[in-house]
Amino acid sequence: MDRLVNVVTGFSVLLIGMVLLSVRRAHIRVEYSVSWLAAALVLLALSRWRALLDRIGGAMGIDDAPLALLVVTGALFLLVLYRLSMMISSLKDSNIALAQRLAILEFRLESHEEAKTSRN
Amino acid sequence: MSKLLILIPAYNEEGAIGGVVKEVLAATPGVPVLVVDDSSTDATIHVARAAGARVLPLPHHLGLGGAVQAGYRLAFELDYDYVIRVDGDGQHDPRDIPKILETLEREKCEMVIGSRFVDGSGVHSGFLRATGIVFFRAFLRPILGRTVRDPTSGFVGVNRTALSVFSRSFPLEYPEIEALVVLQRKRFRFVEVPCRMRPRRAGRSTITPFRSLYYMVHVLLGVLVNVLKFEGRRK
Repeated sequence: MDRLVNVVTGFSVLLIGMVLLSVRRAHIRVEYSVSWLAAALVLLALSRWRALLDRIGGAMGIDDAPLALLVVTGALFLLVLYRLSMMISSLKDSNIALAQRLAILEFRLESHEEAKTSRN
Repeated sequence: MSKLLILIPAYNEEGAIGGVVKEVLAATPGVPVLVVDDSSTDATIHVARAAGARVLPLPHHLGLGGAVQAGYRLAFELDYDYVIRVDGDGQHDPRDIPKILETLEREKCEMVIGSRFVDGSGVHSGFLRATGIVFFRAFLRPILGRTVRDPTSGFVGVNRTALSVFSRSFPLEYPEIEALVVLQRKRFRFVEVPCRMRPRRAGRSTITPFRSLYYMVHVLLGVLVNVLKFEGRRK
């Protein structure tokens, strides 16, 4: 089962590397990378710090450390996804409001131009 | 004199929109008609303009609620007193518009719903829609404290008070039923009047069994969220 813990370590390092690279290339904005980096760092720490993982597993009633690590991993990613859903919802609301505002401004500008033309 | 605007949300309705606009203009001479084009990929905008409507073209597809709300926002900013929404597919008979306006003015209520079930002479709804209407009628009864016979009708008129609320907050995907709950939360009044409904003039309905199921789940969730909503959020 130690292999599973090592896999999680490797996965965490890979995730941190990917996120940092994406931030550097401006594919992910810094504020959206924070959740992923935080989740990956927690996983990395837990996968290397066995005593802490055992304590957390014990608190959750799970004797098997790798299983506890998997549960923590699942919970962390659910939290990240929840946060992303909130961000997407907020962005969608802003996007709709912007699109409506743009259409209304265009309409009013057009009406204004038409009125000006008909006056001349 | 009250200012009235006829609002027609449209998405890929080039086959029907011209006829609808002409019928509306004939039924309500002198009343401006605004077609909100939800980023159609066909000639809806040109056909609507050629028929005599003003067009509010959205820069990208927002869905029915987003399109209707854009129209409500514009109407509110332009100081309209009443807005009557008519579907762009020709299912609503524009000859009923004066009846809706008259009811809005006489009853001083915030919304008037053109209903195909209150003594309506033309009932045109498929099995799926009819089942949905019966279900939502029963579901909404305890929430609204009264029976709404045609909760999915898009043939609605609103006054300026409702306009001010809807221009700030309006359900986005399937707005008709959720809008009723929004009104009820504000303690607003609505009245149903009998209206004629006809089969759509052109194009195909997007209602499929899967979409109906999605619609039901989405609307149920939307209604529950509105019932539980903390007032003051998402102004």
